[in-house]
Amino acid sequence: MLNLSATEKFLLNEIADINDVPAGAFNIRSNSQSVLRQSSKNVEIVSKEGVSGMDIFIKPGTKGEQVHIPVVISESGIKEKVYNDFFIGDNADILIVAGCGIDNCGAHDSQHDGIHRFYVGKNAKVKYVEKHYGSGKGAGKRILNPVTEVYMEENSAVEMEMVQIKGVDDTKRSTIADLKAGAKLVVRERLMTHEEQQAYSVYTVNLNGKDSSADVVSRGVARDNSYQKLDLKIVGNAPCKGHTECDSIIMDSGRILAVPALEANDVDCSLVHEAAIGKIAGEQITKLMTLGLTEAEAEEQIINGFLR
Amino acid sequence: MLEIKNLSFAVDADGKDKEIIKNISLEIPDGKLYVITGPNGGGKSTLAKLIAGIEQPSEGTINFCGEDVTFLSVTERAKRGIAFAFQQPVRFKGIRVLDLIRLASGKNLTPAQACSYLSQVGLCAREYIDREVNASLSGGELKRIEIATVLARNALLTVFDEPEAGIDLWSFHNLIDVFKKQRDEIKNRSILIISHQERILSIADEIIVLRDGELIRQGEREEVLPDLIGTSSAVKECRGVTQGVDQC
Repeated sequence: MLNLSATEKFLLNEIADINDVPAGAFNIRSNSQSVLRQSSKNVEIVSKEGVSGMDIFIKPGTKGEQVHIPVVISESGIKEKVYNDFFIGDNADILIVAGCGIDNCGAHDSQHDGIHRFYVGKNAKVKYVEKHYGSGKGAGKRILNPVTEVYMEENSAVEMEMVQIKGVDDTKRSTIADLKAGAKLVVRERLMTHEEQQAYSVYTVNLNGKDSSADVVSRGVARDNSYQKLDLKIVGNAPCKGHTECDSIIMDSGRILAVPALEANDVDCSLVHEAAIGKIAGEQITKLMTLGLTEAEAEEQIINGFLR
Repeated sequence: MLEIKNLSFAVDADGKDKEIIKNISLEIPDGKLYVITGPNGGGKSTLAKLIAGIEQPSEGTINFCGEDVTFLSVTERAKRGIAFAFQQPVRFKGIRVLDLIRLASGKNLTPAQACSYLSQVGLCAREYIDREVNASLSGGELKRIEIATVLARNALLTVFDEPEAGIDLWSFHNLIDVFKKQRDEIKNRSILIISHQERILSIADEIIVLRDGELIRQGEREEVLPDLIGTSSAVKECRGVTQGVDQC
């Protein structure tokens, strides 16, 4: 059983669906301390020296394993920067579940800056899930600034699900990816901001190898007085395919700025960007009302579906 | 079950009221399948929306199961048992077909239970149940999913607004079978279909004809249909009017 407070358990469940000690390799970090860690036969987790964080080594050829590295903060005023490096061996196939939940009931800001670097070996496959969540009614902010760097060898594949569920006051998200020949990156980002929250999300994907590809889709909902800026850039440096999409729902007095950028440095690049910002269509609400939902319930269903 | 009295609906057109529905009164009893037909722009879809509460009348009343629902919201009418199938189905990013059917039924249906509604409209359920109700679906697929969600409502009164619009011939045959089955199984329920299609008209218990916002005719199928499709008295009337001109 996990020896954590009820709040910490709640946060763990929100960000990683963890109710008990997870299977496989894991490190659970709570209030700046590693409270539980386990390596497995194929996944070794080692603390870094000199800085806070871990090196996570996944052996070549590892199949069907999971790594969980959730972070929870329940004390007000904690500010931390954590470096986690993942070394994924050739031909490995692994699920990595990260995420951070902050409950701040105090007057001081709580902040977690997680710097995750992925070194993905040849032909390796990675699914990475990262969820962020904030709760607590304290005046102190809940701040999350994730930096994600992905370095992909030939014919590797990475699928990233990056979700900000709710309650994060400020976030500056930075994601950089470098892809070699045949590598494939798929990103699905979901951002919810409300009240006075601000979210900045910047992606730079460099398609450096022949037949590399990237599909980056960011969906956002900005409610109340919140603000989102989405900055999605793909650079094609070889014959490659890239697609980015910013798709946002704006509500109340929310504001969204989408800044698409495509840079083609090879005549055989095929790069596409799509962007759409709009409020919920009235006909969508009406349709769900004809199914017996109230207007508010219909709105909630539409948002939940959009950010699924 | 449904009683409409002196219903009118007007819209603003260049600062003047333009009447789309003009003083319509009609009743749709339990256990019957009614079809409303008539020329384009005659007010059929508007009447359907007025019944569902999507539009509000400028005059008149709508009673449903003995209750005045004229000023009830779409939601309240849905809860009382009025279902509405849109002529142009709505797309949703992120909402799956399964989600929509569950919402429609008001139950946490298993995928197998939800699939049964898709099968009724001729969709291979396993291929569709987890798909999003978005632009990846064709117009015809969306239309059939729309009808499946309305079937899942199992409502007291189901209003279909031009269900044949946008679907292929094979699906249309299938749709007729769905309506026939519904008609044969309805007891305390009613179906109202807005349609131009003769095959849908031919399964109606009664037919209502709207033109320019007015109810110009209502009667049993056997009585109304021959005139509408250009047989019987319609031909005689036509010949009488154009006697000697040989236009018919």
